[in-house]
Amino acid sequence: MADRITLQVARYRPEENAEGPTFQEYEVPCPKDWVVLDGLNYVKDQLDGTLSYRWSCRMGICGSCGMTVNGEPKLTCATFLADYAPGPVRVEPLRNFPVVRDLVSEIGDFMRKLATVKPWIIRDTDKPLSEGEYRQTPAQLENYKQFSMCINCMLCYAACPVYGLDPKFIGPAAIALAQRYNLDSRDEGAGERLEILSQHEGIWGCTFVGECTKVCPKNVDPAGAIQRYKLHAAVETMKTFFMPRGAR
Amino acid sequence: MSGGPAYSEYHPRWFRPRVSTYWWLSRRSYLAFILRELSSIFVVWFVVYMLLLVRAVSQGDASYRQFLDWSARAPVLVLNVVTLFFLVYHSITWFNLAPQAMVVHVGPRRVPALVIAGSNYLAWVLTSAILAWLLLGG
Repeated sequence: MADRITLQVARYRPEENAEGPTFQEYEVPCPKDWVVLDGLNYVKDQLDGTLSYRWSCRMGICGSCGMTVNGEPKLTCATFLADYAPGPVRVEPLRNFPVVRDLVSEIGDFMRKLATVKPWIIRDTDKPLSEGEYRQTPAQLENYKQFSMCINCMLCYAACPVYGLDPKFIGPAAIALAQRYNLDSRDEGAGERLEILSQHEGIWGCTFVGECTKVCPKNVDPAGAIQRYKLHAAVETMKTFFMPRGAR
Repeated sequence: MSGGPAYSEYHPRWFRPRVSTYWWLSRRSYLAFILRELSSIFVVWFVVYMLLLVRAVSQGDASYRQFLDWSARAPVLVLNVVTLFFLVYHSITWFNLAPQAMVVHVGPRRVPALVIAGSNYLAWVLTSAILAWLLLGG
């Protein structure tokens, strides 16, 4: 196996690259336990301190180090360099987001959309503390657990052509997280979320490409969440036509 | 670059990549998706063709013969062969996606994806077999 590998890293410096990003090559060590993020850290520490990128936990929890590796959205802390030997490995920022600098994407759009779906437990009335905690059975936990695994890494947005073509689309992770709370037995806010998600830019914007599910590093299955939400929204709409208000 | 750093009032100028018109050729899965969307047009044609057939049958023997002659023309034959391909593709892709959209529980246990997709295929085969029996030998 090659002991070194070439990284082709997208560089965008607003003060220099008026036309857009260029690529810069760096040769980095390639031991079998190095991930792409290790390669970038080597570049930053040893070769070129001007390179900018986000990272934090280095263990697939924080969701900060999502980038495009050889055309695929990946968590760079979970993508081994050796899998791309003999190289080169092309590293670019996440697609479908504006680029602030080098590999740093502007994620404000996602953060704003996430807040609109109210990803927290909503109660009509809170129990007094003296009545204790809201208890759940393992089956109730299992109902939403898959969707609670989302780490907001935004790989799903980078893979979604709908979001790329129509930035108004709320997007896979935000809808999956809305579904995570809708399916939580302690939550009573499904109606509030439905108003937001049943808009055209919500669930109905999704054309079920399915790439969000394929690239998700946590197996959240946002595409599945959106399709199930569509079914739920359709049933709720039908109820408004055929059932009296009290029986819905 | 001329004119110094391209900073706006609050932050440096972002680079906004454009999505190519040919984005659907960039990944095999995108192409498969676009073909699935395209298949809907052929589903519409299949429905129209069936309605034309029903109308021809309802108008008598001569009309039905005329419809068969028209259907035997090369362009119509080619269109119908392509339609058959897309109908099969449409059915297979949607049957394979069905488990993602359908969460079915039997008691406390969730029905596996394979069973949901398999039941769709089974219904397809059974329906086709019944229709073939009715048309060919029943």
